[in-house]
Amino acid sequence: MGAITGTFKGFGVTFSHMFRKIVTTDYPFEPAPAAPRYHGRHILNRHPDGLEKCIGCELCAWACPADAIYVEGGDNTDEQRFSPGERYASIYQINYARCIFCGLCIEACPTRSLTMSNEYELARDNRQDLIFTKEQLLAPLLPGMEQPPHPMRLGETEKDYYVGALTNPGTSAGAERAPWSETGTKDATGEAS
Amino acid sequence: MGIEEKLPAGVLLTSVEKLVNWSRKSSVWGATFGLACCAIEMMAAGGPHYDMGRWGMEVFRASPRQADLMIVAGRVSQKMAPVLRQIYDQMAEPRWVLSMGVCASSGGMFNNYAIVQGVDHVVPVDMYLPGCPPRPEMLIDAILKLREKINHEPLGPNGRRMLEQRKERGDVPVVPYGSMPSSYRNDKARRAEWTQAVREGREEQLRIENWMKQERHLQGGGRW
Repeated sequence: MGAITGTFKGFGVTFSHMFRKIVTTDYPFEPAPAAPRYHGRHILNRHPDGLEKCIGCELCAWACPADAIYVEGGDNTDEQRFSPGERYASIYQINYARCIFCGLCIEACPTRSLTMSNEYELARDNRQDLIFTKEQLLAPLLPGMEQPPHPMRLGETEKDYYVGALTNPGTSAGAERAPWSETGTKDATGEAS
Repeated sequence: MGIEEKLPAGVLLTSVEKLVNWSRKSSVWGATFGLACCAIEMMAAGGPHYDMGRWGMEVFRASPRQADLMIVAGRVSQKMAPVLRQIYDQMAEPRWVLSMGVCASSGGMFNNYAIVQGVDHVVPVDMYLPGCPPRPEMLIDAILKLREKINHEPLGPNGRRMLEQRKERGDVPVVPYGSMPSSYRNDKARRAEWTQAVREGREEQLRIENWMKQERHLQGGGRW
């Protein structure tokens, strides 16, 4: 008799789990948002007029512990201008087969050009596709932005871009636009956010 | 492989191919090859919170002869490489290999003499998954991409020939199989968006755009 009640007790425990809250995440159908500071794939940001923020200084490549970043700098000319100032990155590649998403490149970047998104669905079936080039990494053109090369629209010299950048960092996806950030509390329209 | 190598071409083959691929992808049993920290995430993906049982692969086989998919989770040292190859050789056809994490994919940050610089030096790899370690969602995404590839694999020599003919005719999908992120592929509107973006060659920009729309603090909005 004890064996039978014992069996039903066991089934009862199993059955009662039918009414418990489901803990399984519904990932591919309704993905839960990642933590706001999650280290996902990188973004190369733009100035509010569409010029690239990257100046090709290679500090990110030097900071990278996994040697995942390859940068080749080029000279801006008045006819072919990609970023304010003298230099821009003519080649910019991040090898996601090596990148460990530590974020040291983000800390090294002097112009806040390189930031990270929360995107993580990066699996590919060959290694070639895991090397992201500049075209893939650049932020999309938001309203008011123009595809480089084009002359500087926001000032006469690059100083106008960088000196004012503390209060007007631009509309690309950089974390400096977070409302809690010390430096960036305004967007390109000048409205406090 | 087996009897499917002798299949004739034609309508029958395509139907059989669909049926076989459907059954193959529907329960891919993994062979555990946990070598480092990635294995912890692999175990988490098998647990109730992420639950790979939703795709019939909650069971990880310790015996390679009963496994279809080898998830190489972690760095492969030179000494481990022959063992890895032996496990792979013991697996029955059809078999697939998923290289999980950057160490297995390319050596990652361990660019030294002790680590094999990419597990594809030893075994053929079907899916590379970056991340250090990749979160369980990333592993599930990679497995779903691999399932999509399995679902469109040609069957037998005639199947392979038909695939070649289709390629010559230019009858290939806009988005290559196994390249669309799972959260896009499983949502009709987002799938159409992604397909359109691939046609324009701006799928990576689309991803950032959608992420910015989702993150309110990037639009100058209030605190999240």
